[in-house]
Amino acid sequence: MADKLHFSLVSPERELYAGDVDHVVVPGSEGEFGVLANHAPFMTTIRPGPLRILNDGGERRIFVNGGFADVTPAGLTVLAEDAVDLEDLDAAKLDQDLKNCREDVGDAKDEAQKRDAEARLRRLEAIRAAMR
Amino acid sequence: MPSLKEFRNRIASVKSTQKITKAMQMVAAAKLKRAQTAAAAAGPYAERMATVIANLTNNVRGDSAPLLLRGTGKDEVRLLVVATSERGLCGGFNTQIVRLVREHIAQLQAAGKTVKILCVGRKGRDQLKRLHGDKIIDFVDLSGYKTLDASAAALIGDKVRALFDQGSFDVCTLFYSKFRSVISQTPTAQQLIPATPPDGARAPDLKGAIYSYEPSEAAILEGLLPRYVDGQIFRALLENAAGEQGARMSAMDNATRNAGDMIKKLSLRYNRQRQANITKELIEIISGAEAL
Repeated sequence: MADKLHFSLVSPERELYAGDVDHVVVPGSEGEFGVLANHAPFMTTIRPGPLRILNDGGERRIFVNGGFADVTPAGLTVLAEDAVDLEDLDAAKLDQDLKNCREDVGDAKDEAQKRDAEARLRRLEAIRAAMR
Repeated sequence: MPSLKEFRNRIASVKSTQKITKAMQMVAAAKLKRAQTAAAAAGPYAERMATVIANLTNNVRGDSAPLLLRGTGKDEVRLLVVATSERGLCGGFNTQIVRLVREHIAQLQAAGKTVKILCVGRKGRDQLKRLHGDKIIDFVDLSGYKTLDASAAALIGDKVRALFDQGSFDVCTLFYSKFRSVISQTPTAQQLIPATPPDGARAPDLKGAIYSYEPSEAAILEGLLPRYVDGQIFRALLENAAGEQGARMSAMDNATRNAGDMIKKLSLRYNRQRQANITKELIEIISGAEAL
């Protein structure tokens, strides 16, 4: 059996994934990169996008909204600012949220509200793009 | 001596107070459990972040380090971020934190420093307003958050960093209560800016390999530090939330017990009074019969 990579994905609120996997594809800020077992030590920032975990022929996709990836001989650690498991999401509901959020941007009464709504909208759009 | 009716009313009112405090204690116990779980869940992130920061700060030193790590090189204006709870009835929880803050302010002023305060949580602001109202520059209200999440910490972090970028303070210290157990929370002061790498975090063993960074070490550190500061704030908020519930739980437990004692004493006096009345009536009847 080939070596496995120890992978953990943590967000400030909780640990989303921890375990040994075959291959992880991370959306790095300088381009997507794959990490296999025994990767050289490496650290990079992450852009919002889907993170793919490949294990035993299966694939799991988790959306990460920025953060850091740290590869050490002990394994890969992704510190995400915000992460959502794409399997938990429902496309129809997301579209509804997107629609509501767009309306919020239009309805915003002051600058702060508008900024807030726009930030939410950007996040939802990135998630929607990752789902396709 | 109050009449029997007055006694009965007193006992009824203490009983209903006891019911309320009992309910509050149980609610606090449930919330404490949730707060503790949240604090435990945030552990891995803080741990990993500490390792990464320790690793990076070992390599980036001197003038090339970002301002957040290096500081302004001065120590004139101090910003105190005071994290307290939004709601009262939690024993000495807020008072403890505020007392520590007051001591710090007295010390800093004796040393001739300028003090500014950023309040997080209504209760701390209310208590500090009396003596140090002129120093409070901003206030963050967290009562809108049903569950604390990282965005609450980011909100405070952004405010602190904006002030830092304007150059309105040199050193920032965060005050909160460390959660030890249900009956014990320790008020703590922690330096936020300049950021201090955590003690005890070891850089990972690279087995002779060389780290590569993308884009660059300094750029990563620049991006990571604000998040590290946010992480520390988030942790403090979670500890505070757990501590607040713990303090409320033990305060309400005490209140319930006190109410129980009071009911016991009042019913004793009530019964004594009732018997005295019966005896008095009997004597009146007997002496009336004898007189005939």
